[in-house]
Amino acid sequence: MKILLIGHGMVGHKFLEELAQLRQPGTEVTVLCEEPRAAYDRVHLSEFFAGKSADDLSLVAPGFFEDSGFTLRLNTRAVAIDRRARTVTTAGGEVLPYDKLVIATGSVPFVPPVQGNDRADCFVYRTIEDLEAMTAAGARSRSGVVVGGGLLGLECAKALRDLGLETHVVEFAPRLMAVQVDDDGGRILRGKIEELGVRVHTGRNTLEITDGARARHRMVFADGSHLEADMIVFSAGIRPQDILARQNALAVGARGGIAVDDQCRSSDPDIYAIGECAAWRDQLFGLVAPGYDMARVAARHITGQTEVAFGGADMSTKLKLMGVDVASIGDAQGRTPDSRSFRYMDECKRIYKKIVVSADGKQLLGAVLVGNADEYGTLLQMALNRIALPADPEFLILPASDGKAKPGLGVDALPDSAQICSCNNVSKGELCAAVAGGATTLGALKACTKAGATCGGCVPLVTQVMKAEMARLGMAVNNHLCEHFPYSRQELFHLIKVGGIKSFGELIARHGKGLGCDICKPTAASIFASCWNEFVLKQELASLQDSNDYFLGNIQKDGTYSVVPRMPGGEVTPDGLIAVGQVAKKYGLYTKVTGGARVDMFGARLEQLPAIWEELIAAGFESGHAYGKSLRTVKSCVGSTWCRYGVGDSVGLAVELENRYKGLRAPHKIKFGVSGCTRECAEAQGKDVGVIATEKGWNLYVCGNGGMKPRHAELLASDLDKETLVRLIDRFLMFYVRTADRLQRTSTWRDNLEGGLDYLKNVVVQDSLGLAAELEAQMAHVVATYQCEWKTAVTSPEVRKRFRTFVNDGRPDARIVFVEERGQIRPARAEERPAAMADSTTEMAV
Amino acid sequence: MTTAPSQHWTAVCSLTDILPGTGVCALVADRHIAIFRLAGDELYAIDNIDPRSGASVLSRGLVGNLGDQLVVASPLYKNHFDLRTGACLETPEHSVRSYPVRLSGDSVMVASG
Ligand SMILES: Cc1cc2nc3c(=O)[nH]c(=O)nc-3n(C[C@H](O)[C@H](O)[C@H](O)COP(=O)(O)OP(=O)(O)OC[C@H]3O[C@@H](n4cnc5c(N)ncnc54)[C@H](O)[C@@H]3O)c2cc1C
Repeated sequence: MKILLIGHGMVGHKFLEELAQLRQPGTEVTVLCEEPRAAYDRVHLSEFFAGKSADDLSLVAPGFFEDSGFTLRLNTRAVAIDRRARTVTTAGGEVLPYDKLVIATGSVPFVPPVQGNDRADCFVYRTIEDLEAMTAAGARSRSGVVVGGGLLGLECAKALRDLGLETHVVEFAPRLMAVQVDDDGGRILRGKIEELGVRVHTGRNTLEITDGARARHRMVFADGSHLEADMIVFSAGIRPQDILARQNALAVGARGGIAVDDQCRSSDPDIYAIGECAAWRDQLFGLVAPGYDMARVAARHITGQTEVAFGGADMSTKLKLMGVDVASIGDAQGRTPDSRSFRYMDECKRIYKKIVVSADGKQLLGAVLVGNADEYGTLLQMALNRIALPADPEFLILPASDGKAKPGLGVDALPDSAQICSCNNVSKGELCAAVAGGATTLGALKACTKAGATCGGCVPLVTQVMKAEMARLGMAVNNHLCEHFPYSRQELFHLIKVGGIKSFGELIARHGKGLGCDICKPTAASIFASCWNEFVLKQELASLQDSNDYFLGNIQKDGTYSVVPRMPGGEVTPDGLIAVGQVAKKYGLYTKVTGGARVDMFGARLEQLPAIWEELIAAGFESGHAYGKSLRTVKSCVGSTWCRYGVGDSVGLAVELENRYKGLRAPHKIKFGVSGCTRECAEAQGKDVGVIATEKGWNLYVCGNGGMKPRHAELLASDLDKETLVRLIDRFLMFYVRTADRLQRTSTWRDNLEGGLDYLKNVVVQDSLGLAAELEAQMAHVVATYQCEWKTAVTSPEVRKRFRTFVNDGRPDARIVFVEERGQIRPARAEERPAAMADSTTEMAV
Repeated sequence: MTTAPSQHWTAVCSLTDILPGTGVCALVADRHIAIFRLAGDELYAIDNIDPRSGASVLSRGLVGNLGDQLVVASPLYKNHFDLRTGACLETPEHSVRSYPVRLSGDSVMVASG
């Protein structure tokens, strides 16, 4: 069977993914893609302005087309369908046959038919090319206007403002987001948006666009007023791209769009239409989730599953526009006859909440939330599942007072069929099944069901379902550190900090039981270090340290240790290199340049460590903390100092950051990267903290990881000056240090963070928990009390004495033997050991 | 001497040579013996060689308790050894020997036989 797909947008690609999963033998699939690149995430298009590249936005998994055998033809536009011959003609004149045709051509932006709308520097907001053109125009403009105050218009206004332009929004209706919110909600939203420096003009009907006097364009309005700006972006709604249907006598909906039935078939049963170009029962869906549903239905139906059906979609939405939460559920305007509403409005904090309930007060019909949308998940489930409202529904939206908890939804009330994640169509029943199958952390649940993995809006609800199901199955929802402490690491941190506890003896006497173990002792030691930062080998602390920390080196398989001097930013002088070489040679150590851009030396015996370090310290080196759960390295590229493309001094910054955070103990190791431009040679986006230079400062990325489970870091804030950058890193690191579980890297910590990236941004950037000052102060303390642990160790006879192989004999451990490989030593393998031991004994005897 | 041959006591160090809550390794008649000092003056001794790696490292592990058992965790692979018997909790075939150990005055004595 030959399947031909026209349009490789978000929905088109979802269709291909579904098809690939169904693995129907004998299908031959060809995709015509008008754009110069394969499908990308249009929903997150605006992040292009925040530094995401077209590659970052791509929806196509590496190897997808190779593995599926599907053919993708870029820059190929379909211009005609011959339904009788069952062929499609491309703009290049090629004629392609099909057995089943799927149209997923999306929408086209609506440009109001006013004189002058085709002038230069007038744009629409839909594709990467549009954004590239806007960026170019932005560079030569001082001001910009967005025509349209809906969802997209406001997102676009943010983009213009971020380009540094004086920004205006012109809206025809009397309020912003006229479809989703009511008058009061619109007013609060407007206040919020204006607070952010965007000028809003509502009730304006544009008549024509002409030459401006002080800017390139002048928009003339029906009321006689006018507005001048250098660039204009039209974002006044979308129209389904249904031209192929109209030309070929396929039925179209009342408001346009290719008319489809419940199986997504058009009036020609061999032609399907899905996504924004399709009209189902005369309804158009301008959101991605219903399109994904259609893609699932069409793929299944084409491959022979006849019982599938598209059943419409809920158009509730929750968004963050310029940092302002806006959500709209169901009958937001209260149009249902006899419906009643409850409203809460706070003009100081600019928060507006409204719920619409049925005449009998028993059911939730709709809601509007502006300024704070915390209740979205709960309210949406109540509306969708027709859950009976509590007696006083107003408490659902009133701020909690006197510590009284809000009436929760009680996830138990939800039926198994309740859709919890609408982006990926995951039901409560599927989540429960995954929990029963062993997915008992948020990260695991996300990985196996995809729930919460797209927009993240349902994550709090997913967590509630997970916890409730675990409790129901009798699984201990137990995050106790170990048998000695009935607390999580985060709780222990709090107890230590608030209680001013500085020793393990006191900690276990007050909050635990028994003697402790290899889990709680190093955890306590790490927390003590983060809080008080005393010398880790101090008598009371020494016995808590893991062997690596106890001997300030990484233990190797044969019981020898590695020696890793710090080389901040990977920078090292020729004299430094020579000193390292001399030490390695003198003590017969194996040397290797590591991925962290420094030199590791291996094969040092316990009793050699102090002498080796004494020499390194004399040559100006410090401990590299390669042994600690602490900051390891800050990798950098050479940056603007040498590189002809560099825009920022990445080495300078890397050295500064490494020196600031060296020695900081954390739940796990921490790696940084600093790149001098967006070419990203330091691979900063694969690090816990990544910094990339921009024309205007530094972009800060967090929670990336290479290693076992690679994870791209996410943008936390952009275009920062150095002072702000450092402040945000201080807060981020300390927040991680306080709240992560033991041995949890920032990437897993982030995956398990209930509020996701938005929550992290709120805490770190907006200081929503009011913690920032405390976090900064704590970091300042750690920075101020830094000491090179090796320097303190070698100068203390008491500590130095511990570095001996035998307590009663000065000889080295004769069992440690090396053989030569590629001109250096390596530990002898078990079978090589007897011979090697004999050799080394004779050597010693000589 | 009337003591059993296995009860040959050797003085290896003074108590203050072992930090409370840690261990040291002693070389006694070519054997590597790990000696641990728990809080107070409780002493335990087992083989220092970790059977899984063949490295002489057990004295460098963290000590504590798991339930009723006093244990040390190998610094290499974190498997636990009972300080009283030398039994390996995770893989019994990796168990090691334990040795009698006592304090005589300030002197730590271990019996290797
Ligand atoms: C800035 C922005 C923000 C958005 N935010 C959200 C959001 O937060 N939440 C949400 O749910 N939705 C959002 N949307 C909407 C969402 O992107 C769309 O619902 C989704 O992309 C629809 O997918 P589609 O495949 O139907 O159309 P598209 O993704 O537009 O794909 C259609 C593709 O078909 C191609 N095409 C058209 N005609 C032809 C032809 N004749 N031959 C070959 N190819 C052709 C087009 O070039 C295009 O590549 C947003 C959209 C934008 C622009």
